[in-house]
Amino acid sequence: MGDLIQLLVAKYNYWIYITLMMIGLYAMIAKNNLVKKIVGMNIFQTAIILFYVSIGSKKGGTIPIIEHGHGAAGSHVVHAADYINPLPHVLMLTAIVVSVATLGVALALAIKVYERYNTLEEDEILAQIREK
Amino acid sequence: MKITGLIIAILAGALLIYATADFPGWGDAASPASTHVSPRYIEKTMEETSVPNMVTAVLADYRGFDTMFETTVIFSAGVVCFILLRVFGSEEPKESLYRHVLTGVTIRVRAGGEIPPDSDDFERIDVMWTPFDLIIKTMCRILIPFIQLFGLYVIAHGHHSPGGGFQGGVILGASIILFAISHDLRTALRRIRERIDALLCATGVFIYAGTGALCLLLGLNFLDYAALASILGVDPITARSHGIFIVEIGVGIAVMATMIWIYNNVSSRGKYDEGL
Repeated sequence: MGDLIQLLVAKYNYWIYITLMMIGLYAMIAKNNLVKKIVGMNIFQTAIILFYVSIGSKKGGTIPIIEHGHGAAGSHVVHAADYINPLPHVLMLTAIVVSVATLGVALALAIKVYERYNTLEEDEILAQIREK
Repeated sequence: MKITGLIIAILAGALLIYATADFPGWGDAASPASTHVSPRYIEKTMEETSVPNMVTAVLADYRGFDTMFETTVIFSAGVVCFILLRVFGSEEPKESLYRHVLTGVTIRVRAGGEIPPDSDDFERIDVMWTPFDLIIKTMCRILIPFIQLFGLYVIAHGHHSPGGGFQGGVILGASIILFAISHDLRTALRRIRERIDALLCATGVFIYAGTGALCLLLGLNFLDYAALASILGVDPITARSHGIFIVEIGVGIAVMATMIWIYNNVSSRGKYDEGL
């Protein structure tokens, strides 16, 4: 029992992201409406962003901005243990904006689909394609 | 389909949860992610770039290529929305609505008809028009300058506090989008025209790539900002800090313009006629 609680405390963050990610995956596979699929894709992306940010965390570390850094370059030694890993933050910083941009493209495509088929329901679109 | 999807999602989730057994614990200082390249960044950033905010330094200097192409991705997304949706040579709408400002009377103008062009008494309104809302418009008028000021601060202060080109650019773009939502799309388009917006979008990417090319011309590697020292008249380490700032401005402009561009295209379905 003690082992289980220890495992839970050490890993529950990953389980939350996996749950979120699977919600997104399920929405992308099973939902009929294209906009709901796009929302599922966004949930998936959010799960990955959270996953990366949690990789960067470190016990006893603060945000990756050097304290008293202004105007005193190299005057004091910086210890790696005091700051969390900046790299995942960098990667996710760009990923958030890119995910907004891809959301825009996805919505643009959905608008084109709607203009052509007058519906966003996947089965109705497929039926219209088969008729032709 | 629903059952299949559920089974796939549960199977994949179970596999991933099983795989977390090998993952490092949350906040483990000895995890692979925090032991190889991360200490190098944390300990050397200050002496190599004189930027206290490591995220900004890694973003624009150590991983400059990555960020440059991310900016290009955003630019391409804006262009793709434009190409997919924009309708030119607009077939005139069947009827457009005008509102007499003084009396509040709405008139419909059929295709081909026009109101007197020099008349200030009429304003064009959307089909889904709602009456003038004092609270929303006044609040937005008060808020938008401060949002923009904050966006500029976030861009300019990215060296010393959380911030940078991406965040500041999104805040600036959001202020214009807020303006377009609170008034209407045509009013916002009169402030930032489509052509200017597209030009700004390209300018941002150009500033970034141009800074890199300038470094190349000055004899160092692409995006090695130390080369700017001779132009800026500072030592190479401060030159890196300034180079990062120039690049962040480019990113901010590109992100702001792209957000506005995408919003304009998607909300008006490329007609630039009526927004949300």
